[in-house]
Amino acid sequence: MMAVAEKSVEQDEVGKPTARRNYTANDIMMFGAIVLFGILGPILFPNYTFQIAVLWLMVLFAQTWDVMGGQMGYNSLGNIFFFGAGMYICTVTQIGLFTDVGAYTSSTDQGNFNFTPDQYYIGVAVGLVFAAIGSALLAVALGWIVFGLRGPYFAIGTLGIALAAGELIGAWEWVGGGGGIPIPVYPGSGDGKSFFYYVLCFASAIATFLFLKWLYSTRFGLAINAIRDDEEKAEAMGVHTLRHKTVAWAISAFFLGIAGGLFGNMTGFIEPLEVAFPTITFGIFMVAMALLGGKGTIWGPVLGAIVFHIVKEATWTYFLGWQWIALGVIIIINIVFFQQGIVGWLQEKYPHWFGIEVEGASK
Amino acid sequence: MLDNLNLLALAPVLNIQILLDGIFIGAIFALAAYGLALVWGVMNVKNLAQGEFVIMGGYIAWYVGTLGIHPLFGLPISIVVMFAFGWVTYKLIIARVVEKDMFISLLATFGMAIVIQQALNLAFGPEIQIADSGLPTHSFKALGGSFTVAEIKFYSFLICCFLAAAVIAFMKKSRMGQAIRATAQDARAAKVMGIDTEQVFAFTYALNAAICGAAGVMISMIWVIQPFYGITHSIRSFVIVTAAGFGNLPGVITAAFGLGIAEQYGGFILGAELQQATVVGMLLFVLMWRQLQMRRHRQAVQ
Repeated sequence: MMAVAEKSVEQDEVGKPTARRNYTANDIMMFGAIVLFGILGPILFPNYTFQIAVLWLMVLFAQTWDVMGGQMGYNSLGNIFFFGAGMYICTVTQIGLFTDVGAYTSSTDQGNFNFTPDQYYIGVAVGLVFAAIGSALLAVALGWIVFGLRGPYFAIGTLGIALAAGELIGAWEWVGGGGGIPIPVYPGSGDGKSFFYYVLCFASAIATFLFLKWLYSTRFGLAINAIRDDEEKAEAMGVHTLRHKTVAWAISAFFLGIAGGLFGNMTGFIEPLEVAFPTITFGIFMVAMALLGGKGTIWGPVLGAIVFHIVKEATWTYFLGWQWIALGVIIIINIVFFQQGIVGWLQEKYPHWFGIEVEGASK
Repeated sequence: MLDNLNLLALAPVLNIQILLDGIFIGAIFALAAYGLALVWGVMNVKNLAQGEFVIMGGYIAWYVGTLGIHPLFGLPISIVVMFAFGWVTYKLIIARVVEKDMFISLLATFGMAIVIQQALNLAFGPEIQIADSGLPTHSFKALGGSFTVAEIKFYSFLICCFLAAAVIAFMKKSRMGQAIRATAQDARAAKVMGIDTEQVFAFTYALNAAICGAAGVMISMIWVIQPFYGITHSIRSFVIVTAAGFGNLPGVITAAFGLGIAEQYGGFILGAELQQATVVGMLLFVLMWRQLQMRRHRQAVQ
């Protein structure tokens, strides 16, 4: 089995050679740089701890989108659904473990509900586990609905799921409806809170990266690439396509659920349309970041997310109300003129950096 | 929810009201959906900015109304402006993604949708607007109750019928219409026969924008517009085209009336705040139904 996976070079559909070695020297250097930044970032720029934590969540978003969009060829516009689902599952668990959820959400002053530090930490831990597993289970269930759809229908169907979820949660009074829920307050200082969630966000992004890096080197990774290249042929060769697609989606949902739970706790207040199911912000960002970096590569989404987030945060305040228009324009330009992304472009230009050997090409 | 169902049974005249409103609104949906079917069938672009074109048309009529001119005069202005806008967008953006993978065009139009809705939000603010036609509303008695028909809804229905007839006649009779139909059948063959397909694509996209603009004028007069309502209109067009299949005009019209009526019933029974959820629910329903249909032939919906 592993012999197949470790074969170092193979051709994908457009004849571009794709590397499948485990860790090259470049990989280790990049990874080292990112870990270094992750550790030094909040020490050097303590005021930006929240922003850097969001950066790691963005990295996670782009990577989980790429499992489906890049590696499997199923372009989802509604992966943000699992982010929101995880957020709500985590919050409801955090509250529901120790008090009545309906009473909490309908109360006008959540200060009446005190959580001891122990209750808070247990709530977050159990909530995140439930969020991850719950989102993965939702992905399995929704897989039955959407995996008969291909191409644009899949994209629009998943977009529909995310939009419907926002509307339905908004009408569900038990979880606070459109008014949202204030999250239990962190027992400690503001700095302590941002550090606590920074560590969790960073760890989730790194865990996602390592897991996906391993996943793409296994037989499963080959199978989802085969689905991307030609689903009918893959099925004819004995790949159980529905099962692979469902598992791949559940994997993205698992990590997105954790990200949702963390983000809800970081902001301290959740509501359905702007925070939990923000289809036109985070929902489209994850696609744009993966495309900017280069979809279907391991580093593409990571680089794309870092570049996108830093550029966005650095320029945001200078646009004076025009930032959303600028964002749409960036997405259009990225898609129209720069489809292969940063890593895709580098791969074409300097294939030997990626351990790809092109026959007859001079180095 | 059950109370509302009960109410429908107790006062059957409410059904007439809902059915009529559904048909009036469905006629407008049919226009926008026909535009989408045209673009989809001819150049294989899934235009996610469809609803934003509709809302843009609506704002043109509303703006004309605020100048003290009757918003109905916004109709020709909207058609001309949106045609030009569609042409420019085609040349700037769509022309570069037509040949690409379908997801690219979907995303590019989604990016356009974001730009348009944010631009409208900046220009006109996030308030809900209505272009006031100033025409009276008439009340009719039937089934032991009364229902109302606003005169403007009736006129908008007539205009929709007229526009639809005009577009169909154009597609059947005119030189450009024939070229569009030829390109839809086989773009390469059409090119070999001397049709400038680039021109045809640009014209089709601009025509779609103009049709949407006209639909938007009607929406602004008989319903409401708001910068962020576009996405729901896009989804409506997708529901209709997916249910009917493109190149199937009677299907598009039937599906549009069906959606209009279903949505009015959904809004009445579930409450107005779930009307948007009803539309999205219809989308998921239609997609699942298509899957079941295709599964019998052991095929996927693509």
